[in-house]
Amino acid sequence: MSTSTSLTAARLDAVRAEGRAALVGYLPVGFPDPASCVTAVRTMIDAGVDVVELGVPYSDPVMDGVVIQAAVERALAGGVRVADTLRTVEAVAGTGVPILVMTYWNPVVRYGVDAFARDLAAAGGAGLITPDLIPDEADDWLTASDAHGLDRVFLVAPSSTTERLALTARASRGFVYAASTMGVTGTRASVGTQARRLVEDTRRAGAERVCVGLGVSTPAQAAEVAEYADGVIVGSAFVRPLLDAASVRDGVAELGRVVAGLADGVRGGGR
Amino acid sequence: MTAPGPGGFETAAGSGPYFGEFGGRFVPEALIAALDELETAYEKARSDPEFTGELARLHRTYTGRPSIITEVPRFARHCGDARVILKREDLNHTGSHKINNVLGQALLTKRIGKTRVIAETGAGQHGVATATAAALFDLECVIYMGEEDTRRQALNVARMRLLGAEVVPVRTGSHTLKDAINEALRDWVTNVETTNYVFGTVGGPHPFPAMVRDFQRIIGEEARAQVLELTGALPDVVAACVGGGSNAIGIFHAFLDDPVRLVGFEAGGEGVETGRHAATITGGAPGVLHGARSFLLQDEDGQTIESHSISAGLDYPGVGPEHAWLSSVGRAEYRPITDAAAMEAFLLLSRTEGIIPAIESAHALAGAIQLGREAAEAGRRDTILVNLSGRGDKDVETAGRWFGLLDEQALREERA
Repeated sequence: MSTSTSLTAARLDAVRAEGRAALVGYLPVGFPDPASCVTAVRTMIDAGVDVVELGVPYSDPVMDGVVIQAAVERALAGGVRVADTLRTVEAVAGTGVPILVMTYWNPVVRYGVDAFARDLAAAGGAGLITPDLIPDEADDWLTASDAHGLDRVFLVAPSSTTERLALTARASRGFVYAASTMGVTGTRASVGTQARRLVEDTRRAGAERVCVGLGVSTPAQAAEVAEYADGVIVGSAFVRPLLDAASVRDGVAELGRVVAGLADGVRGGGR
Repeated sequence: MTAPGPGGFETAAGSGPYFGEFGGRFVPEALIAALDELETAYEKARSDPEFTGELARLHRTYTGRPSIITEVPRFARHCGDARVILKREDLNHTGSHKINNVLGQALLTKRIGKTRVIAETGAGQHGVATATAAALFDLECVIYMGEEDTRRQALNVARMRLLGAEVVPVRTGSHTLKDAINEALRDWVTNVETTNYVFGTVGGPHPFPAMVRDFQRIIGEEARAQVLELTGALPDVVAACVGGGSNAIGIFHAFLDDPVRLVGFEAGGEGVETGRHAATITGGAPGVLHGARSFLLQDEDGQTIESHSISAGLDYPGVGPEHAWLSSVGRAEYRPITDAAAMEAFLLLSRTEGIIPAIESAHALAGAIQLGREAAEAGRRDTILVNLSGRGDKDVETAGRWFGLLDEQALREERA
């Protein structure tokens, strides 16, 4: 895993030096609307998120469960565009918290892989998380991310073979995203027992930093995952308050409380 | 036309994962192990006489293969007096070519020891075929179908449930086939240990495009020999409708290295210029959808655009990667056929030959009318082989409405 220019790796290492795991927080761009999204992301940062993951709303999100699907549909219905992603990155970058963009692959193909990398880097983004792009299909992106100094976060799953863990660890920069269970995004009663083994196997395959996502929603779950992973990735649990709230202001306030609880969790609290 | 390499187009098409710049595997890592398992099992099975023998037996004793060819002279008079021959996939058990692929994949599911199958369906033909094979092989079966399509094809929903399948109406996105595929992929990611995804067309991630093609090749292999026997020569043109493109690739493949024109007819809906169509190669652009790089209908941000067609089976904004390749190298042509032209051909075949085609297949028939008339204008009398991929029983209500043949009052009373 290459680390020479990684903003995300530097941040994860700084967090590790504090003796804890990082909290990685997801929100879709333009949700609940473009301006409120910026407010919500700033709230997340203030409440203790160490790395931000901004999702590009996409018409066919096959790795997402019902909560994120609903948020993304609302963003798209509100007219959000791919260019809004770059504007949002620009608005929230520069605080020392790396801003990663989570995107299905077709919007990047359509924009142009190198052009998207160039514009993301110019906006202050740290890199991409690519849920439907495996390293085997990523030649263009490997080249573009090198050229523009961006992180590239690929995923591993409990079904990944040892060879594929090694391949993915080699191709990734920043961290490797370990999917805790076989499934899509969404809150779950418990984080799979497979997650700990997957993190260990991924490290053994050469990954220096591994963060765990899918299904983490409570401070206790965050504390449990923080014991063995470099970071805890939370999505649906942060989207839900904004979906459910009567007003954006109420939603953002509740989001701040949920983030603070999970930030306490990655510090070992909430157990 | 780009010259093929050694061995011709058939060899160049290969068995994936890439067809030129198209194909591949644009899916979550979680599915790679299952795709590898499927690929390995299929590679072993295709050369295992036990597997190929069992599939051949099912074709003969269950599906009713070989399907016949029928020359249709009264219809052909409307095609510039061309010679028109239909390959009768409509006569297969379950009423379309879909069963060819499903039996192969169901046998494969048994071989890899999985007990549950899932599938997507648009018109319901692939869902019915999958539910049929699941009943035959004692597999648990869940079919994902856009809510919009469950309304358009209510009878097929009942057929699938009769066969013991669970039908899940999909209410996300545009509530159509593409969203049913998304939902099936989410199910597969979650349940991949017990579940095989029986993909219905020559799209999706490798190995589906090559595997489904291989299971459908029997259409063209039979038809080539049958036409040779009937006419003493190869046809001049082969015509087929193209949604995802499985019936078209199935009949095209046997002719790839012959001096035979191959023409795929896409759903032109209300006209490509209106934006309300499903003509992916004609009106789309290269991109990535549902696991493969191919042509798709998308906006300038790469968001998938909803397709439109009177035919639920062609109403899909993507197309199989091998078709994208055949188009890009110039080996096959793709043209749009409007809803109106397809329905005219639908009525014409019914009235001249006593054969009610699926609306999907009616697009190929409308294509034959165009091709035959163009040949006549050029002073030729071509032989046109048309893949009649399915029968029209499921479409009688749609056609009844289109042509004003239904007694609406009686229908309402019956339903009340």
